[in-house]
Amino acid sequence: MKIALFATCIVDAMYPQTARATVKILERLGHEVVFPSGQACCGQMHINSGYMDEALPVVTNHVEAFEAEAYDVAVAPSGSCVASVKHQHPVLAERCGDSALKARAEAVGAKTFELSQLLVDVLGVTDAAEQLGSHFPHKITYHPSCHGMRSLRLGDRQLDLLKSVGGIEVADLPEADQCCGFGGTFSMKNADVSSAMLEDKTNNVKSTGASLCSGGDASCLMHIGGGLSRTKSAATTLHFAEILASTLDEPVSVTGQVFVGKGGK
Amino acid sequence: MSNVFMGMPTLPVFGMGNLHIEEPFPAAAHRELGNTQMRANLRHATHTIRDKRLKVVAELPDWEELRDAGSATKNHVMANLPALLEEFEKNFTARGGTIHWARDAHEANKIVADLIREQGTTEVVKVKSMATQEIGLNEYLEERGISAFETDLAELIVQLGHDKPSHILVPAIHKNRTEVRDIFLKEMPNVDPDLTDEPRKLAMAARAHLRRKFLSAKVAVSGANFALADSGTLAVVESEGNGRMCLTLPETLITVMGIEKLLPGKEDLEVFMQLLPRSSTGERMNPYTSLWTGVTEGDGPQNVHLILLDNGRTAALADKYGRTALNCIRCSACMNVCPVYERTGGHAYGSTYPGPIGAILSPLLTGIKSEENSSLPYASSLCGACYDACPVKINIPEILVHLRGEDVDSKRGAKKLPSQMDLMMKGASWAFSSGKHLALLEKGLPLGKLAAGRDKKIKALPGIAAGWTQSRDMLAPPTQSFRDWWKKDHTPVAPTHKQEN
Repeated sequence: MKIALFATCIVDAMYPQTARATVKILERLGHEVVFPSGQACCGQMHINSGYMDEALPVVTNHVEAFEAEAYDVAVAPSGSCVASVKHQHPVLAERCGDSALKARAEAVGAKTFELSQLLVDVLGVTDAAEQLGSHFPHKITYHPSCHGMRSLRLGDRQLDLLKSVGGIEVADLPEADQCCGFGGTFSMKNADVSSAMLEDKTNNVKSTGASLCSGGDASCLMHIGGGLSRTKSAATTLHFAEILASTLDEPVSVTGQVFVGKGGK
Repeated sequence: MSNVFMGMPTLPVFGMGNLHIEEPFPAAAHRELGNTQMRANLRHATHTIRDKRLKVVAELPDWEELRDAGSATKNHVMANLPALLEEFEKNFTARGGTIHWARDAHEANKIVADLIREQGTTEVVKVKSMATQEIGLNEYLEERGISAFETDLAELIVQLGHDKPSHILVPAIHKNRTEVRDIFLKEMPNVDPDLTDEPRKLAMAARAHLRRKFLSAKVAVSGANFALADSGTLAVVESEGNGRMCLTLPETLITVMGIEKLLPGKEDLEVFMQLLPRSSTGERMNPYTSLWTGVTEGDGPQNVHLILLDNGRTAALADKYGRTALNCIRCSACMNVCPVYERTGGHAYGSTYPGPIGAILSPLLTGIKSEENSSLPYASSLCGACYDACPVKINIPEILVHLRGEDVDSKRGAKKLPSQMDLMMKGASWAFSSGKHLALLEKGLPLGKLAAGRDKKIKALPGIAAGWTQSRDMLAPPTQSFRDWWKKDHTPVAPTHKQEN
């Protein structure tokens, strides 16, 4: 299958290793990955901040970039960006009175999947150790990001994939379904409330004794990781794609102190 | 009927009354976050109701269908509001009731005060009503020498404590029982000085106090949860029975109701009587449901009035993307699951309507150009928990985003200088509207290292980004973007696990 990678702006610039891990997983499964070079960002930050006029060229660019390439499905290692492409792009196009763009955005959105959605629903991956050779002998916990959980209804896809990684130990995160408080520019405009939400999230992560908090959105992980770092916690964050890409031969390098897991498999 | 024609294409009349925040939300939130007792009370209470709601909702196999039905009925009502209001008016009047139309809070308050004066009394009992809180009726009456006694227990606590409600269902949610006892001891006439904070003792004290009021009041004021167009019937749903005392004992009953509360007919109640109690108190059914249709000779109030309140509702209805906010049945499920509300409490939202629904309803009723209320749509991380909890499926996150757009648009060109946020968004729009632009910017990634310390962490960012580094570090960016790696260094790996498709 020919799979177009939507790296997303934050992963492209700040967490390239997450996109590289995504490519690795898909190529290991024998698929051809293409990278539409015109891509930049989904425009979620602009839309969520109310800057609709400024969002329009960003959304238009995304639609054009993904129309320019031939592929079967597109994938992004980010629930919130996929939710934006699927749900926000058509709404924005309609708001701007561009019905042609709305139809094009809907067509691109229909072919776009979040990584765990693609792996589980389309590619039939349910056992990461068996099918991807994933091996990650650490104790982790998992934060399901809001957009993946509520807009995309990912359910336990990411968590189940993580649990099927060789050597891993997954500790339940208390109040896992609570927002980490990132919310894009919310973390700047309402920094106090955002910090209060983050404090509860990082305390919950610390209470598990895990060395890593994994999840499916780089932005939430950046937020939680930033809070853990500020409070001098030994724990850090890692995208689930990097854990899936980690194997015995090619283990992902983990910065900071790492507690060795008891080993699930 | 006065000369207000619903649906007439005039300029919208925005709402007034207790709908405005007095300072921007971030400032109000900052103050409330410092109240640790309130935060502890609120966390305990919201989590308790949240868990109860989840339990009783899970009991219904058709909960999602019920939500769809509730949503569809409300959409139908909003699309046919003028006709349904006329139908309701005809039926309510035919059964001996009197209708008054109020364009805004001031008109509604005046009508109520005049009706009370006609009865020659200066004391009224009240059943908990969001509409009368919205229009500030108690304060209006007080200024004119009329005392309004709240009879809902939590509402009474708030009133005696000279406080404001902070939750639409549990107005005293921010108080614990020791605080309640202290209020009773200080403010309730003839209270037992040995009153303890045992819930039953507190309830008995309130009961004795209220019973005296019920038996002497000539006039009662209520709100309404539903109004049935096909019969002219009003409905109030409550837990304590104090509302029923108000609705049945006094000679005169004055109801104030928002025009959006209509339902086509009694068969629609079936759906809403399942949705409302489960969503609000986490109960299968509320203890008291009172329905009344006009006047029954020799039984109950003989003088029945209804004030139909607009106060910005027509303006909200005119907003294509925001109008579903009027579908709200005031259950409070959204605030009980909201992580922002949980930490700031209701007072931070300024308005009678706090929490996620307040963050959209208040600015819709007052207009987004209302200075301080324009901060309300940003009081959310857009986590979506409110949308999941809403029994009538109001897409609150989508309306929040829509209102942010309205806010930004309304300020375009009005300012002499663009804000930091304006500049950041403009810059990011350029960067993100082309792969080439972004690639060019990413060439600067190695510069990010300069901003970081020896531990590769950025601990202080300038300007509006300073909010981020208040409690979070920022990792130094990598030296090579993914895009660059893909172009220069990517060579496909050989498949280790071949897939068929």
